[in-house]
Amino acid sequence: MEIPYTVAERPDTGLNNVKLGIWLFLASEVMLFGGLFSTYVLLRVGAVEWPLGAEFLNIPIGTVNTVILIASSVTMVMAYASLKLGDFAKYKTYMLATVLLPVLFLCIKGYEYYEKVSHDHLPSHSTFLAIYWTMTALHGLHIIGGIVVNGYFWGPGSKMWHVKREMFENRVEAAGLYWHFVDLVWIFLFPVLYLL
Amino acid sequence: MSGSAEEVRKHIATYKKIAGALAVGTIVTVLASYLDVSVAIGITIALIIATTKASLVANYFMHLGEERSQWLMVSLGLTAVFWLFLMLVPLWTFSDHIGVVKTLPNANAHEMAEGEEH
Amino acid sequence: MDDVTTAEEIAHAEHGHEEHELSFLQTYVFSQDHKVIGIQYAITAMLFLLFGFTLMMIMRWQLAFPFRPVPVIGGLLGANNAQLMAPEFYNSLGAMHGTIMVFLGVVPLAVGGFGNYVLPLQIGAPDMAFPRLNMASYWSFFLGGIVMIASFFVPGGAANSGWTSYAPLSVIATEGQTWWLVGMIFLITSSLLGSVNFIVTTLQLRAPGMSFMRLPFFVWAQLVTSFLLLLAFPPLEAAGVLQIMDRVADTSFFMPSGLVTGDGPLEISGGGSPLLWQHLFWFLAHPEVYVLILPALGIVGEIVANNTRKPLWGYRVLVASLIFLGFMSFIVWAHHMFLTGMGTTISTFFQTTTMIISIPSVVILSAMFLSLYGGSIRYTVPMLFALAFLPMFGIGGLTGLPLGLTAPDLHLHDTYYVIGHFHYVVAPGTIFALFGGIYYWYPKATGRLMNDMLGRIHFWGSIIAINCVFMPMFITGLAGMNRRLYDGGLEYAHVQEVLEWNQFMSYGAWALGVFQIFFIFNFFWSIRHGKKVGDNPWDSTTLEWQAPSPPPHGNFSTPPEAYRGPYEYSVPGASSDFSMQGQAPGANPEPAKV
Repeated sequence: MEIPYTVAERPDTGLNNVKLGIWLFLASEVMLFGGLFSTYVLLRVGAVEWPLGAEFLNIPIGTVNTVILIASSVTMVMAYASLKLGDFAKYKTYMLATVLLPVLFLCIKGYEYYEKVSHDHLPSHSTFLAIYWTMTALHGLHIIGGIVVNGYFWGPGSKMWHVKREMFENRVEAAGLYWHFVDLVWIFLFPVLYLL
Repeated sequence: MSGSAEEVRKHIATYKKIAGALAVGTIVTVLASYLDVSVAIGITIALIIATTKASLVANYFMHLGEERSQWLMVSLGLTAVFWLFLMLVPLWTFSDHIGVVKTLPNANAHEMAEGEEH
Repeated sequence: MDDVTTAEEIAHAEHGHEEHELSFLQTYVFSQDHKVIGIQYAITAMLFLLFGFTLMMIMRWQLAFPFRPVPVIGGLLGANNAQLMAPEFYNSLGAMHGTIMVFLGVVPLAVGGFGNYVLPLQIGAPDMAFPRLNMASYWSFFLGGIVMIASFFVPGGAANSGWTSYAPLSVIATEGQTWWLVGMIFLITSSLLGSVNFIVTTLQLRAPGMSFMRLPFFVWAQLVTSFLLLLAFPPLEAAGVLQIMDRVADTSFFMPSGLVTGDGPLEISGGGSPLLWQHLFWFLAHPEVYVLILPALGIVGEIVANNTRKPLWGYRVLVASLIFLGFMSFIVWAHHMFLTGMGTTISTFFQTTTMIISIPSVVILSAMFLSLYGGSIRYTVPMLFALAFLPMFGIGGLTGLPLGLTAPDLHLHDTYYVIGHFHYVVAPGTIFALFGGIYYWYPKATGRLMNDMLGRIHFWGSIIAINCVFMPMFITGLAGMNRRLYDGGLEYAHVQEVLEWNQFMSYGAWALGVFQIFFIFNFFWSIRHGKKVGDNPWDSTTLEWQAPSPPPHGNFSTPPEAYRGPYEYSVPGASSDFSMQGQAPGANPEPAKV
C-alpha cells in the first residue's frame, strides 16, 4: 500500500500531508523564536540600562537587509505562481533570485558581524549584545537552511517538475511557506533589535 | 492554493500590491523610530507595524487567508495563545514579587571599563 | 523476526512494480518501516531504562550506608582510594538518573516505541506519513543518547546540576554539562520531528470509516501528546542554546550581576536572570510530565476495555478531558517555582490553574475505574499491570495536590515528598502501564505470548517492592528531608527520626531490581520459546489485531475500513462478545486471514 495524500488533498481535512507537516513544523518554530523573544523581553525589563539599537547597530544596513529579505519573499511567491501557470523558465528565474537574495543578506550580515568583532562587541559583553548575536545567528542558520532547500528545488530537485508535476508544486509550496516564515521572523527581529 | 490560471494571475496582482505595502511599512517603521517618544510608545508603534506586515505576509503570501482546514487554524491559534503566554507571564514575575529585587553592579565593572573603550 | 523477509517479498509482489531487495542495513538498521523503528525505539529505550535504574541502585547504596565503601564498583566512583562515593558523583548519578529515565527511557518507549508501532496499525494506515523523517527521529534520539552516556567519561564526569539544570550552578559546572545540553538538543529535535509525523499521520492516514470519534483512546492520547511535544519543547531548545552560550561564549543570559564563586568574582557582563532559565525550562517540563502520563493512560484504556469485555466508560468525556488536560498543561508551569520569590497574585494564578488541571485527571481516572464496574474481568498479565496502575496513579495524583497549593508547598518543596509524588505517577504509574503494553502487544509484534508465570512473578514482586521504595518518601518528606542530599540527610537534626527509612527504601529498590530480571529474561526468551498464537490472542476489537502477527511491510494487504467504534464488546444480540472494528457487518467474529 502506498501512503495516501502525499500529493492529493484529503477531502475531510482539506490538506495534503506535506502542507500540514510544514505548518506544524512552523508552529514549533514560532515557539522556538518565542523562547528567544521571551528572553529578550525578560532581560530588557530586568536590565539596569539597555542601549538603543542605534548605539551598536547600523540602521541603514539593517533596513537594506530587510528590503532584501522581503524581496526574496516576493520572488518566492512569484516562483510558485509561475509554476502554477506552467511557466518553468520564469519559475527558474524567480527561484534563482530567491536563492541569491538571501546570500546577499548573509554577506551583509557577515560584514556587520565582522565590524562587531573588530570593535570587540562580543556576545559576552552585555546582555543586549548576547541576545542580538544569538537571535540573528539562529535566524541566519535558518536562512542557510532555506538557501539549501530552495537551491535544491532550483537545481537538481527541479527535474521532478518534468516527472511528477503536482508533487513538485506541493514541495515548492512547502519550501515557500518555510521561507515566508523566515522572512516573518526578521520582520519582528529588525525593529526589536535595531530600532528600539 | 487554487489552480486556475485566472486565479493565479489575480493572486499575482495581489502579490505586487502587498510587496508595495511591505516596502512602505519598512520605511514607516524606520522613520517612526526617529520620533521622540517614550520607550513604551516606541515599542507599541514598532510592534503594531511589525504585526501588520507579518499579517500581510501570512495572509497573502502564505495563503492563510484562504485556508479552510479547521485543524490547521486551531493548531495555529493554540500556538498563538501559548506564544503570548510565554511572552507575558514570565514578565509577571517581575511586577509581582516578594521582597526587593537587588540589581548589583557587576563585580568586575571597574575592570571591564578600564579594559575597553566604548 | 524471521517473518519479515517473507512478508517483504509478499509486499513487493503486491506492489506490482520493480523493487530491489532491501539490504540487511535498510531492513533492520536504517529502516523506514514504522514497526522496525518502533522496536528500535523500544529496545533502545529499555536499555536506557535499565541503565538509569542501575544508577539509582548505586545512589541508594550511598543513601542507605552513607560513607561506607561501595562494594564491587567502588574503585570506579570516588576520587579517593577509600572507594567512597564522591559527592559530585552522587549528584551526577541523580542528574543523569532523572534525565535518562525521562528523556531516554520513558518518552522514547511510550511515544517512540508504542506510538510508532501501534498508532498506524490502529488507524488502518500502511505506515507513518513521513517514513524517512521517522527514521531520522530515531537516529537523532540514538545520537542524543550516545552523547549523554559519553558525558560520563569526560573530565569532571557527567552533568551534576540536577535534571533541571538550574543556572547559575549549571553554567559554572564541569564539561559534562555542555555534553548534557548538546544531548538534549538532539533529543528535542528527535521529539519535534516525531510529533509532526504523529499528528499528520493521525489526521491524514485514517482508514475510511475511521472518524475521530471512532479512534481508539490510545490514538487520542498519542495525538494530544504530540501537540504537547510540538509546542512545548522548542523554548527549552532555545534555552539550551542560551545555556551553551553562557558556558562556552561567556554570555550572561542566566548569570546575574555580582556573582562570586570560590575562585572569586566571575568575569562576565552579568545582567542575566536565573529565573529566566527556570521559566523556559518549566514551560517545557510541565507539559513533559503529561507527555509521560498520557500514552500510559492510552495503553491502560486499551487493556482495560479488552479485559473487561466492555467499552470504556464515557468515551467522549475521556477525549474531552484529554484535550482540556493538554491545553491546561501549558499554563501551570510556575507551580514548580512557588519558592522563587513570586508574589501572591501570580502564585495564586498558577495555584488556580494547577487545581483546575487536576479535574480532567480525576475524570479520566474515574472513567477508568467506572469502566471496571459490571465488567467480565480477565486477570491477564497486562490487566494486572493496568489494574495496579489505577490506584498507583491515584496516589501519585493525590499527593500532587498539596504541592500545587502554595501554602503546603512552602514546606514540601524540594523534599522527598516531591520525589515520592512524581515517582508514584511515573514508576508504578507510567512504567507499569508500559509493562502492561509490552505484555499486551508482544504477540502482535512476534506472534508469540510472553510466559505467563514469569509475568506474574514480575508483577507481584514489582508492585510490592516499588511501594516499599516510594511510600516511605512521603514520611521522610513530610519530616522535612531535602532532595539531592548525598548523605541522605545524615547531618540534619530534624530528620534523624526518619533516617531509618533510607535503608528500608534501598532494600526495596534492590529487590525491585531483582524482579526486573524475570521480565528481561521473559522478553528475550519468549521471542523463540513463547507460546505461538494467532493474530488476535486477546480477542480484541481494534484494527491492529486484524493484521498478521507480525504485520508485513505495508501492514494490511487490503486497505482496511472501520465499520464501528473501537470497543464493541458484549454488544447485546451479537453472536460473539466482541466485534472487530474492521469487520464488515454480517461477517463472523473471526476475521479471515488477510
